[in-house]
Amino acid sequence: MSRSAHPGPVDTYTVVPLRHYGLWIGTVISLAIICLIAKSLITNPVFDWPIAGKYLLHPSIMRGLGQTLLLTVTIMFLAITIGTIVAIMRLSPSTILNAFAGAYIWFFRGAPALIQLIFWFNLSMVVREVSITLPFVGTLFTAKTNDFMTPFVSAVVALSLHEAGYMAEIVRAGINSVGKGQTEAAGSLGMTRRMTLWRITLPQAMRFIVPPTGNETINLLKTTSLVTFIAVNDLLYSAQAIYARTFETIPLLMVVMFWYLFVVTILSIGQYFIERYYGRSDIDQGRTLGRILGDTFKTRNRN
Amino acid sequence: MAPKPSYLKDLGVPEDSIVFARGVRKSFGSLEVLRGVDLNVPKGTVACIIGPSGSGKSTFLRCINHLEELSGGILLVDGEFIGYDLRNGKLYEVRDRVLCKRRSNIGMVFQSFNLFSHMTALENLTEAPIRVKGVPANEAKDQAYALLKRVGLADKAEFYPRQLSGGQQQRVAIARALAMNPKVLLFDEPTSALDPELVGEVLQVMRDLAKSGMTMIVVTHEIGFAREVGDDLIFMDNGVVAEQGVPKEMIASPKSPRTREFLASVC
Repeated sequence: MSRSAHPGPVDTYTVVPLRHYGLWIGTVISLAIICLIAKSLITNPVFDWPIAGKYLLHPSIMRGLGQTLLLTVTIMFLAITIGTIVAIMRLSPSTILNAFAGAYIWFFRGAPALIQLIFWFNLSMVVREVSITLPFVGTLFTAKTNDFMTPFVSAVVALSLHEAGYMAEIVRAGINSVGKGQTEAAGSLGMTRRMTLWRITLPQAMRFIVPPTGNETINLLKTTSLVTFIAVNDLLYSAQAIYARTFETIPLLMVVMFWYLFVVTILSIGQYFIERYYGRSDIDQGRTLGRILGDTFKTRNRN
Repeated sequence: MAPKPSYLKDLGVPEDSIVFARGVRKSFGSLEVLRGVDLNVPKGTVACIIGPSGSGKSTFLRCINHLEELSGGILLVDGEFIGYDLRNGKLYEVRDRVLCKRRSNIGMVFQSFNLFSHMTALENLTEAPIRVKGVPANEAKDQAYALLKRVGLADKAEFYPRQLSGGQQQRVAIARALAMNPKVLLFDEPTSALDPELVGEVLQVMRDLAKSGMTMIVVTHEIGFAREVGDDLIFMDNGVVAEQGVPKEMIASPKSPRTREFLASVC
C-alpha cells in the first residue's frame, strides 16, 4: 500500500465504531443464564456431586459403558456391511433388486427405532421356533426363538437393520458422486463390473461416505440407550439399576451424561481427523499415515 | 494364430480389417443417432472421423467397444463381435467377463481424460494390466515407466491426476490405454477439453503413435491433424458416413455439398 498522495485531513478523522446494542443485550442475557445454571449446579443439593463422583468409576457403570461401546461397534459394523449391500442393490439395473432395496430403506429407516427394538425382542410371539428341514432328510436343526433372541441379540438385530437403512442412503449418495467417466474408463480397460466397483468406484466414494458415517456413529452411540427398554445392561440401564435402589437419580444421570459426552467428544475428535484426511484439498499430498500425522501436527517440511 | 471364423468370408470382411462396421444402427429411445454406418479400418491405419455435433461420431466410437449397445447391424473388431457370440445364425450376448476380455484389446481415450483420480499416474497405468491381464506387479511397473517415458512424463509417475495439467493428464490416459497392448486405439475428441497451448503436446504423442504403426480411430475437430496423420478421412453426418476419402484430396476438393459446407465452417 502506498501512502496517499495528498496528506492532510484524511489521517486526522477519528473512526467511531457502530454500536451493536442487540449484541450487548444478547451477551448480558447469555451471561445471566450461564450464572444461573452454574449457581444451580453448585448449590442445588439434588445434584449431590460427591455421590456422582463416587459412582463415576463404579464397576457396574463401567460394565454398562463397555456394553454400550460393544453395541455401538457391533451395530455400526453390521450396518455398514448391510447398508453397502442394499446401496449396491439400489443401483442395480434389475428393477426387482432396486425395488426391494427401496422398500428396505423405506421400512427400516422409516419405522421408529424403539418400536423395531421391542418388535425384535418379542419375535418369539411371531415365530416360536426356527428349524431347517430338508425333504427326504428330515429336520437338521431346531431352536426356540426365545433361546437365541436374547436382549443383546435383539438389540443388535433391530438397531443394525435400522441403522443400515441410513447407511444405504449414505453409500448410495457416495457411489453416485463418482462420475460416469470413471466406470466407462474402467470398462474400456477391460475391468469387470465387480472389479470396477471395488477398485475404482468405492475408493473414490469414500470421501463422501466417511464424514456422514462419523455422524451416524455418534448418533448411534446415543440411540443405543434405547436398549434399556428391553433390559440390556447398557450404561443407562446400569445407572437405573443403581438409582432404583438408592433414589440418587440425578447424580447417576449426571454420571451417565458424563460418559456419553466423553465418548462423543472422543468420536468427534476422531471424526475431525478422518474428515480432514478425506477432504484434503484438491492437491493430493499422498496417503501415508506419516503424512496425515505430519499434516495434523504441522511437522511436514515444505520443499 | 487361430483360424479365422468362416462368417468373415460370408460377410465380406477384408483380410487385414481391424474394425469392420456394416449397417450399424443405434437409437436412444425414439432418437435414431446412427442410421446404418458402414466402415472398414485396415490394420496399421489411422482413420479420422469428423462431422458436426450430433452427427453420431462419438456414439459410433462408443459402439466399437460396446460402451453403447448396438440397435442393429454388425460391428467386428479383429474379426470378433465384441458384445456377442455368433452361433447357429444367432447373436448371443456374452457374459461380463468375456465382454471385458474382448474390450481389453480396444484402447479408448476420452475427451475428459477420465483418469482414476484416487491413483497416481503410475497406478493408473498398472491397475488394468495387473487386475485384468494378471501381469506380475513388477513387470507392470516397468512397462508403465517405459510408457510414461514414451509420452514424455517419466518424472510424473508419482503424481495424482489433479496435480497434472490437462495435456499431461491426456498423455497419461493415452499411456494407460497403451498399457493393455490394444489392437486398436479409439480417441473420442482427445483435444477438445484442452487449453489451446496444450493441444500440441497431445497431438505430438498421437503422431508418434501413428508412426509406430498403431491402428487408430480418431474423432476430432483438428482438421490439420487429420490431413497430416490420417490415412482415411470419414465425414459423418446425420448418423451415416456421408463421405470418405484420402484426407488431402477430400479436404482440398470435397465431393458432397455437406462436406464442403462443414469444412468451410471449421477451416
